[in-house]
Amino acid sequence: MMSLIGSIFLLIGAIFILLGAVGLLRMPDVYNRIQVGTKAVTLGTIGVVVGIIFIHPQWWSKLLVILGFVLLTSPVSSSAISRAFYRSGTKVWHKKRLAKTKPEQKGRAKE
Amino acid sequence: MKKESVPYISVFLICMVLWLMLTATFATDELISGFVIAVVVCVITAPRMQILNGLRLHLGAFPGVLAYLFYFLYALLKANLDLAKRVLSRNMHIHPQMVEIKTSMQSDLGKLFLANSITLTPGTLTVDVNDDKLLVHWIDCPEGADMKKITGEIIGQFEKYLKRFVK
Repeated sequence: MMSLIGSIFLLIGAIFILLGAVGLLRMPDVYNRIQVGTKAVTLGTIGVVVGIIFIHPQWWSKLLVILGFVLLTSPVSSSAISRAFYRSGTKVWHKKRLAKTKPEQKGRAKE
Repeated sequence: MKKESVPYISVFLICMVLWLMLTATFATDELISGFVIAVVVCVITAPRMQILNGLRLHLGAFPGVLAYLFYFLYALLKANLDLAKRVLSRNMHIHPQMVEIKTSMQSDLGKLFLANSITLTPGTLTVDVNDDKLLVHWIDCPEGADMKKITGEIIGQFEKYLKRFVK
């Protein structure tokens, strides 16, 4: 019974990680991709870890520590990455802007 | 409680709880070695842990943390269902925009928690923090919303819950 509940949680986690991967492919720009990557993968990790808690109940405390670290560090790292992109001048994607995009930073490519 | 003692107590408690959870036993020798290591780490690092001054250590803090965690998990679940809907729909309904919101959290620790919460809740991502202004990337910004409304909509209940245990 416990292992069945655990398996269901594992499946839910895996589905959310899959959704994260699909979103990573479909989203138009870097900020949206970071959003999908952070949220879906965090919830997916929670699902997987909770599933393991049900399958191996004797590991619960260590798994909770892992959960805490993931919850604290994954938003911080994604925030740092997006801040780096923002500082380097990456623009936010808009639907209207799509028509008049021009190849930018030609000089950079030659270096 | 004196202000200077807050980092010492919190570093010690964090170390001790981490030790207990990682060893997963209450054997006496493990407890003693954990205590000694926690004291050593606490003495070395606590004077540099200025960020922990933002913690409010009192009896009401623990239920506050629990209430925050439950609300946070609920928001995370909602965020992911919302995101799943967006990712799987044929033409993605997204209107991304950078918005600036104002927070009333005073300490750095409070801002850290708030920024983390914003990043993991529906459609928002914290990009930068300047004093009391947070720069947020919002995946579905409604047209012509003003700063006050945006702030209320993004922060929501988080500040109320966070203020129970951080400044």
